[in-house]
Amino acid sequence: MHDRPTVDELLRAVELLLDEQLVPSLDGARRYNARVAANVVRTVRRELALEEKQLEAEWRGLDVLLGPLPRPSSLEIMRAALRTRNEALAGRIRAGDADAGDWRALVLAHVRDVVHAKLEVSDPAWLAEG
Amino acid sequence: MSDLSEQLASFIRHAAGARSVRVSQMRRLTGGASRETWSLDATIERGDGRTETLPLILQRDTRGAPKQMSRALEFRLLQVAHESGVPTPEPFLLGDASLGGEFFLVQRLDGETLPKRLMRDEQYAQARRALPAQLGRALAQIHTMPIDAPGFDGLQRPPDGVPAAAWSIDRHEQIYRAIALEPHPAFELAFRWLKGRMALTAPPAHPSGAAGARPDRVLVHGDFRMGNVLFDAGGMRAVLDWELAHIGDPAEDLAWVMVRSWRFGGGQPVGGIGTREEFFAAYEAAGGAPVDAAWVRFWEVFGNLRWGIICLSQARTYLDGHSNSVELASIGRRTAETEWELLSLMDAPGARSQGPGANDA
Repeated sequence: MHDRPTVDELLRAVELLLDEQLVPSLDGARRYNARVAANVVRTVRRELALEEKQLEAEWRGLDVLLGPLPRPSSLEIMRAALRTRNEALAGRIRAGDADAGDWRALVLAHVRDVVHAKLEVSDPAWLAEG
Repeated sequence: MSDLSEQLASFIRHAAGARSVRVSQMRRLTGGASRETWSLDATIERGDGRTETLPLILQRDTRGAPKQMSRALEFRLLQVAHESGVPTPEPFLLGDASLGGEFFLVQRLDGETLPKRLMRDEQYAQARRALPAQLGRALAQIHTMPIDAPGFDGLQRPPDGVPAAAWSIDRHEQIYRAIALEPHPAFELAFRWLKGRMALTAPPAHPSGAAGARPDRVLVHGDFRMGNVLFDAGGMRAVLDWELAHIGDPAEDLAWVMVRSWRFGGGQPVGGIGTREEFFAAYEAAGGAPVDAAWVRFWEVFGNLRWGIICLSQARTYLDGHSNSVELASIGRRTAETEWELLSLMDAPGARSQGPGANDA
């Protein structure tokens, strides 16, 4: 196992360096990019904290839409398998299966949940303002 | 003096037939992820010995940046817009090969472009009140510009007989299929929605915009939004960034400025600061074609989808190794914002049961 600080604790130090020292001391494009970089660090910290739980929820949602499958044994396999299942979902929407009816309502609810999860990581303020 | 300043001074001296040129105060400005924007002063000594200092903006391509439009065409658009009375910076000089990539110089106007300042600073209270109507008026002026001016041959336009909406959707679907690195069910839903509603919602179009029909062959700015509008305490100074201009449906521009990503936290639909009603009224009063609110809603869905695809494309610039910009990298994650807005817009009351935007305009 690795020593403290944890990954999150290390990233927090980088985030504070950007926010408290670099952003205030820069101007123009550098200041802007430093601010963007601080936001990227925040996104990474949130993803590390939330990803596993979010992917499991997405997997269960796809079970409802596409039929149940055994849950993959690792996060890495889960990521690859989710991609395949989302390609199947996208293909069915493209074929018109979600144009109307009960399945459309299920698809909309599922996709909304998944996009909500993505925004919890990338931009929680977007959800709060909306 | 840097190399760039020296090269630029030499270019201006030749192009303007000046005795000598000194470039000073050169600095890179914020914004513009794919192309460089610089501010500078050019002190020009004329042949007769008179000297003047011009405040200028340099728009310059960087190598490897995705190219939407040649700088020559963009410069030509600025010239015609300026002649047509659209508030724009006065074009100064179109560049040559001396900087390695295409470039041009335009007059630098005083003002601010950062939408967050507009939203929150007390000094812009009057600008917030004035801008919605000014936006409507400027857009009407743009949409009445000539579309076949000399030099406009390179403008993208729908083929004859094809509605601008169908052309735009098809074009963006092709781009999406070519660049997306992962499946996006929300975008698939939006493409289905747009194609299904197009025939239902579209008012009869006539290429020439004849009376009683809606025009869908006008000059569309293509990126008319907060961030591309220069303002000061009194409101609008200029419409900037013409590189996405094309021939198409005026509702595309009317809807684009209402995409939530351009509201920057402001509560109102038009750029965060204005209502649809005051914006549309000013547009019509200034000579814009009558606005069909349901049709603008259709283009709002398109606008969010388009911005989502642009997010994917900006991220690809980073992922494909053409840029190391942290901004371009992070924009890939903004795709979710547009997916969220698409789901809300498609699900709006009336959007499903009675055809597109029938009740929710």
